[in-house]
Amino acid sequence: MSQRIIIDPVTRIEGHAKISIYLDDAGEVSDARFHVTEFRGFERFCEGRPFWEMPAITARICGICPISHLMASAKAGDGILAVDIPLAAEKLRRLMNLAQIVQSHALSFFHLSAPDLLLGFDSDPAQRNVFGLIAAAPDLARSGIRLRQFGQEIIEHLGGRKIHPAWAVPGGVRAGLSNASRMAIREKLPEALSTTRSAIGHFKTMLDKHRDEAVSFGSFDSLFLGLVGDDGSWEHYGGKMRVVDSTGAILEDHVEAARYQEIIGEAVEPWSYLKFPYYKPRGYPDGMYRVGPLARINVCRSFGTPQADDELIELRQRGGATIKASFLYHYARLVEILGSLERIAHLLNDPDLHSKRLRADAGVNRLESVGVSEAPRGTLIHHYHVDEHGLITRVNLIIATGQNNLAMNRTVAQIARRFVRGPKIAEGMLNRVEAGIRAFDPCLSCSTHAMGQMPLEISLFDADGTLLDTVAR
Amino acid sequence: MAAKTLKINGTMISAREGESILEAARDSGVAIPTLCHLDGLSDVGACRLCIVDVGGRIRPACTTAVAEGMDIQTNTERLRTYRRQIVELLFAERGHVCAVCVASGHCELQDLAVSLGMDHVRYDYLAPTCTVDISHQRFGIDHNRCVLCTRCVRACDEVEGVHTWDVSGRGTSARIISDLNQPWGEAESCTSCGKCLLACPTGALFQRGSTVAEMEHASGRIALIVESRRVMR
Repeated sequence: MSQRIIIDPVTRIEGHAKISIYLDDAGEVSDARFHVTEFRGFERFCEGRPFWEMPAITARICGICPISHLMASAKAGDGILAVDIPLAAEKLRRLMNLAQIVQSHALSFFHLSAPDLLLGFDSDPAQRNVFGLIAAAPDLARSGIRLRQFGQEIIEHLGGRKIHPAWAVPGGVRAGLSNASRMAIREKLPEALSTTRSAIGHFKTMLDKHRDEAVSFGSFDSLFLGLVGDDGSWEHYGGKMRVVDSTGAILEDHVEAARYQEIIGEAVEPWSYLKFPYYKPRGYPDGMYRVGPLARINVCRSFGTPQADDELIELRQRGGATIKASFLYHYARLVEILGSLERIAHLLNDPDLHSKRLRADAGVNRLESVGVSEAPRGTLIHHYHVDEHGLITRVNLIIATGQNNLAMNRTVAQIARRFVRGPKIAEGMLNRVEAGIRAFDPCLSCSTHAMGQMPLEISLFDADGTLLDTVAR
Repeated sequence: MAAKTLKINGTMISAREGESILEAARDSGVAIPTLCHLDGLSDVGACRLCIVDVGGRIRPACTTAVAEGMDIQTNTERLRTYRRQIVELLFAERGHVCAVCVASGHCELQDLAVSLGMDHVRYDYLAPTCTVDISHQRFGIDHNRCVLCTRCVRACDEVEGVHTWDVSGRGTSARIISDLNQPWGEAESCTSCGKCLLACPTGALFQRGSTVAEMEHASGRIALIVESRRVMR
């Protein structure tokens, strides 16, 4: 008799989702789906707004990564003005985006995923959260929280507040970095670097312990998409899009933001509010691709900073030249924190940051524009059409998490097949399924529910809808 | 001019004949919340936030003249309740979203909501479809944020002497219009002086290109202009 297991809600991710696992007559997993159950509507209600308000409005999509939307939106706005923004403004935007990567990755690793990795997938769910982590490994937990704080503080130094600063605007930025702020950031850098190095060390140890998960958590062939610099190095703000396959072959290169629709199509499914972007030349769903830390590392040649490049070599030795295992998103995330901190250190010494020219002024010079930047979770695309006065007439947003949708579904199915056996379900089995999703650090609504004690109810139904078993925590 | 003697909140004060209760109260150091009133412009009593209790009857302080022997209360529980209801209704009537508003932090409506203890709105939002007109070369008007105080109308008419702005429609359909309900950019009477922007208490009138919390109105400059003209005459 076929059965359906529902995990609702999925915990320790950003947003609301549930997972359905379908069992066949023999109790084996036949399919699994990751449903995103919330609807936001930003693409619709932004219509009619002046385009220069868009960075601040779209930043409200997310409380974790508002900076990412701020950047992509401001870049789209630069395009409508048809200006090259002042050099200092670009470097300051880069500084804030790096800080955003640091704080968001720290949140994902230390607050959301470390409880699984450190305490174990089968540990008591009442303890398997950031509080349990504080009890079990206080130094690691505390340093992780402080690392996130460091990233948030850079954002505050630049934008006046940690969350939702309306700081990046079409044409540049609203304020520079004071000397006092520069000194304050510099002072805290060594601790941030040391925390990151220690977390990387911890992760390598964990990797040996979780060998089974490492190979079964979303390890499959797929394409990877991300921004790279002109020299093929790691990028997060500028650069152009590159697509590689799982052998490392470059399928697309130097794709300008404005051409994104040539390579990305968007499909919808009736069972999820999250769209399913795919690589157009391969069609849907064969054009599955991944974005985010792992993809950025797979598409780039090198990091461009010494410590991160050393780690990148080791990461590739462990995971392959093109890394297919989604479990290694965690590893890639930590290496990205390291590289971001190195770049922050470099930027703080840049004399260009002293410039008072921060904002280019212009009217509406283009009626359509696309802004692309790398959010912590992957490539983020904002595409706007405006009327002759600058009122938004159409918006298309391609969010990083959406681009991982096909891969997340594949991951859920793969883990369920490996770990879930009916008819009785062990909580640890289902936690692995959730943890597979957490590896992607999805940001579904863009508001966090970082609690490990959210109610989780899993129900087992037979094909007629009769309840067979319920597990609650 | 004869002086009038009256009581405000139990204290005897004297006021000039013809003076409004609002002026008399302010002269005596008693603050009364206002929204449609702006120093330098005529009063219309539109917003009703300055209501006071005059011997048990509710009166707008800005358009009620002082009279001998008046016993006025400016801050009773009943008045505070009404004022909060008025501000809640203003929020419910249009699409006010402080989080992404150009005037956030410099908005009289927002300040009123805070000072009156409005922690939520008890009425259903009407969520009307309001347009944004940014056809003017320098300025824009977002009707979502308009509270129909008509300060812009009066500043344009009484200070600039142009009367580009007026009001069309009634009730919840009322809208501020430029000239004969044309886009602002096509309103020939507009001198682009910007006094309407100075006068606006919210983010309804703004400079093109303004982003969140960037729009500061400096409404005190209207009174300054009016006073300078009076002195020069």
